[in-house]
Amino acid sequence: MSETIARWQQVQHHYGAIPALQQFSLDLRAGQITALLGPNGAGKSTAIRLLLGLLACQQGTVELFGLSPRQRQARSGLGAMLQRTDLPDTLSVAEHIALFGACYPEPLSVAATLTAVGLEAQANRRYSALSGGQQRRVQLALALVGQPRLLLLDEPTVGMDLSSRQAFREALRAARERGCAVLLATHDLPEVEGLADRIALVERGRLVADDSPQRIRARVDVKRIDCRSQLDPTLLGDWPEVARISARDGRLELLSTQPERLLRRLLAADPELADLEVRGADLEQALALFYPDRVEPIAA
Amino acid sequence: MSHSLTIRAYRCELYSELLKTFRQPGFVLPSLLFPLGFYLLFGILLARGGNFDSATWFFATYGAFGVIGPALFGFGAALATDRDAGWLDLKRISPLPTGALLVARTGMSLVFAVIIFVLMSILAFTFGGVRLAPERWLLSGLVLTLGTLPFCALGLLIGAYASSRSAAGWVNLVYLPMGALSGLWFPLFMMPALLQKLAFVFPAYHLGQLSLAAVGQIDVSWGPHVGMLLIFTLIFGQLAAHGLRRSQS
Repeated sequence: MSETIARWQQVQHHYGAIPALQQFSLDLRAGQITALLGPNGAGKSTAIRLLLGLLACQQGTVELFGLSPRQRQARSGLGAMLQRTDLPDTLSVAEHIALFGACYPEPLSVAATLTAVGLEAQANRRYSALSGGQQRRVQLALALVGQPRLLLLDEPTVGMDLSSRQAFREALRAARERGCAVLLATHDLPEVEGLADRIALVERGRLVADDSPQRIRARVDVKRIDCRSQLDPTLLGDWPEVARISARDGRLELLSTQPERLLRRLLAADPELADLEVRGADLEQALALFYPDRVEPIAA
Repeated sequence: MSHSLTIRAYRCELYSELLKTFRQPGFVLPSLLFPLGFYLLFGILLARGGNFDSATWFFATYGAFGVIGPALFGFGAALATDRDAGWLDLKRISPLPTGALLVARTGMSLVFAVIIFVLMSILAFTFGGVRLAPERWLLSGLVLTLGTLPFCALGLLIGAYASSRSAAGWVNLVYLPMGALSGLWFPLFMMPALLQKLAFVFPAYHLGQLSLAAVGQIDVSWGPHVGMLLIFTLIFGQLAAHGLRRSQS
């Protein structure tokens, strides 16, 4: 097994009386892209802020390279792209990279960093003159310039256009190739399917799954049944064969781990059932089964 | 972390701060022109014929007023903006030494103080007829430059608690009344007795007294004023540190 780069161990964190993380344990390993998933408010941001040293750990242990995340030595191996960041807009792209890289022991050259994120042509443009996607790429450049051993990316693809996403994926694969551990917190599941080696799923502050995307899908062995029916979705939600249901414009979308039994029961209950379609569930639908509420659609 | 890396980080942070700041005409021009304009108007053009050396007096007091502004705005408003934009968090999680941010911002305030002092000296010499012994020019420059430090701490305090949208308002609310009530706009002896007594509670009053003493306009003991400025610096610094820690809890 590859080297452990960072870990949360039995972490509990509260905001006043509200629990944000409960008995949360997870480790991040070298050369692995881990996707941290969960609905809004599940505790992802708290876990990330603890690992970044932006929050003080209340209970349990958080380690970055075996050190406290608040130690400068630990931070020298970390690169991060935060969800909500705006850089000073009077500096150029190259100036941002050079000045930010100056506090790392062995920074990449400005030219190499620009190439890694595909911003060579924008090197001398001021940050304020860039598009939203280009600004996100500058933020990615700042995360990469220190040649980090751990890359922590919180909703990195928000606001990125297609070419920015392409540059982002390539940069992440290159980081993995050189043994960097990557933590990717996102709601962008297609991005996760293409990139992540591992998924850590958080729900109400607890880690409810930690496995490869393929195994997570296999674990739930779920099928998706689409149909048009007059049956009451709320009543269907109580059937044991229905793992999850959502209704939109008279169409039902049902997830089930017992699709044959469910089909028989549906056809018996509604002779008017139409537009029937059965297929394998995608990752988003598989992950939905880890959430407790069976009728609400999952957060996209 | 090697010594040279730490020095490089400090140097680059200071350079970054200066670059950022001097590329903002909206910050630079008012910071420089506001005190110079006040001095030209009230200290030179309108103040001739009084029973004191108004040009030299106001050179000392408007000089103090001038150097306080960039310290308050540079720390207060800029810190709040950087924090709300997430830029401060990004700096915190980089291996940049914690002190580098403070040193860079303080350095920027000191640079502004030197520029304001030089420009105001030129104005005082050329249009105000102010003539001082070389050691008094030097002492005045030293007082005004180092005298910005308590106001850097006060700016840090405002920036630690105020939001980016309200910080500039809070700074103005502190800066302008404090300047007036500390005798930096008009001599305190022209004000009611109660206000003269009240001035003691403002750090700007103590800087003003030291600045006036440096140019030989008043004869005061330096110790109490320097001591008060040190106490203000410590109090503001501690409160600011508490505010910044609170945001991480």
